[in-house]
Amino acid sequence: MSVPDERLPERSFDERMATVEFRVAERPHIVVDSDVCRSCTTQACVVACPANLFVPTAEGGVLFNYEECFECGTCYLVCNHEGALSWSYPVGGFGVVFRRA
Amino acid sequence: MAESFDVVVVGAGPAGSAAALTVARGGRSVCLLERGPFPGAKNMYGGVTYPSVLNQLVPGWRDELPVQRWITRRSTMMATETQSVTVDVQATDWGAPPYNGATTLRSELDPWLAGKAVDAGAVLVTSTTATGLVRGPGGRVSGVRTDRPDGDITAAVVIACDGVNSFLAKEAGLYRNFSAEHFTLGAKEVLALDKDEIDRRFGLVDREGVDIEMVGVTQGLPGGGFLYTNLESVAVGVVVPVEALAGAGLRPEALIDGVKAHPAVAPLLRGGELLEYSAHLIPEGGYDAMPELVTDGLLVAGDAGGFCLATGLFLEGVNFAIGSGQAAGETALEAIARGDTSTRGLGGYRRRLRGSFLLADHRKMRRAPRLLLSERTQQRYPALLCGIAQDLFTVANPAPKPGLVRLLRKHRRRAKVGYAALVRDAVTTWRTFG
Repeated sequence: MSVPDERLPERSFDERMATVEFRVAERPHIVVDSDVCRSCTTQACVVACPANLFVPTAEGGVLFNYEECFECGTCYLVCNHEGALSWSYPVGGFGVVFRRA
Repeated sequence: MAESFDVVVVGAGPAGSAAALTVARGGRSVCLLERGPFPGAKNMYGGVTYPSVLNQLVPGWRDELPVQRWITRRSTMMATETQSVTVDVQATDWGAPPYNGATTLRSELDPWLAGKAVDAGAVLVTSTTATGLVRGPGGRVSGVRTDRPDGDITAAVVIACDGVNSFLAKEAGLYRNFSAEHFTLGAKEVLALDKDEIDRRFGLVDREGVDIEMVGVTQGLPGGGFLYTNLESVAVGVVVPVEALAGAGLRPEALIDGVKAHPAVAPLLRGGELLEYSAHLIPEGGYDAMPELVTDGLLVAGDAGGFCLATGLFLEGVNFAIGSGQAAGETALEAIARGDTSTRGLGGYRRRLRGSFLLADHRKMRRAPRLLLSERTQQRYPALLCGIAQDLFTVANPAPKPGLVRLLRKHRRRAKVGYAALVRDAVTTWRTFG
């Protein structure tokens, strides 16, 4: 682990996400159709997702990992491509568990 | 075989628990559904609750509310990258009964209020996601589907308190005006600091706490920053419109880093260890963005109904959730007693909302979201104010003092604020908050 700077603690994103509890369900609650994403010029989800779960691929699509999702809804709000995202909540009891929010 | 209750409430946040508590007290059977493993697990907010709304519902709240700190300092800061002007309101009265605002953690607040509902007889079912509406004769809402096997729950009234994304209100067709522009993203970090260190840095004693709201700290994006003191941690974060965030190409955590690095903020947070990072949507559209709140067999309350009051000057949500949940619960009791839970039978809901702060505040301040998020409020006014203040207090002898009129003229030009816009915004501000 790196020594934190006292003045301005800079953290890697993984360290941030490691502070959050997730109970990962077997099946994804959000599914991304990367074929649709290929024709998307903005890929706003990549920027806006607070958990940084959308990763652009070399082929112009978008990879998504549901495991550390805050279930906030930002991605479907900023997505302007019909059918690119299918969005639901995780099965009961699974997903993010906030403790200090 | 479906379970059956008089009322089913979806979501055990403040709105849902207030609704279930009200219904249970009224002697009707009520099921309170929660998709998280415990109430509050899915919830995140800035950090301040205004509990006077509980006076009627939970008269003993002052001794029971899981308070971190009572807010005795409310600061509003207008900033540029290197400057800030803060209005710091301090009232020791707020630290004693009847109190005003308190920082609370959702993992403590939400289970506490849900526990009140359970004590009154509500059946709390956690780890269960409502997946849709059950429709009865004529298409009226008659219950909810859940992700449990044989998980349908039927009820005379469904109260949707399923949060900002309310899939139930959407499925019922109540969100005709649904648009991304009405939503902001709140993202925050909670940093651990010793109690003594927090007391020293913020000038607090005992359970006193501070609430700092900031404008001009979001790297050119509309929105704001915030800082709240818990007992042994501080919450620091940003609230930004999702569309602006996506358009600007700035990451939420980078915006938080920007707030933390601001010269007025950085010394307050030094050495704080990250305890948790979190994010949540906020329905900030106000009165004009609210969905329909009633249909046959269904009421909508809390964030699901867009009840958050986000006007810059006032930032409230939990009190509106509790108040609207209680009003929904009372309406359900009344409608069931009369045997009419149609849209007409549930009409008392809007009447209750209109007759209280729940819609009155929203209607009065319906222009606030646009004013608040305008570029002038976000960028130019902070620059104007900070520029004038810095020059006013800069002693540049041998030059004589410039005088306020000259400073206003100089910085108004520099910040590109036209007189017409200034007057227009002053009028809007007067109509909004006057």
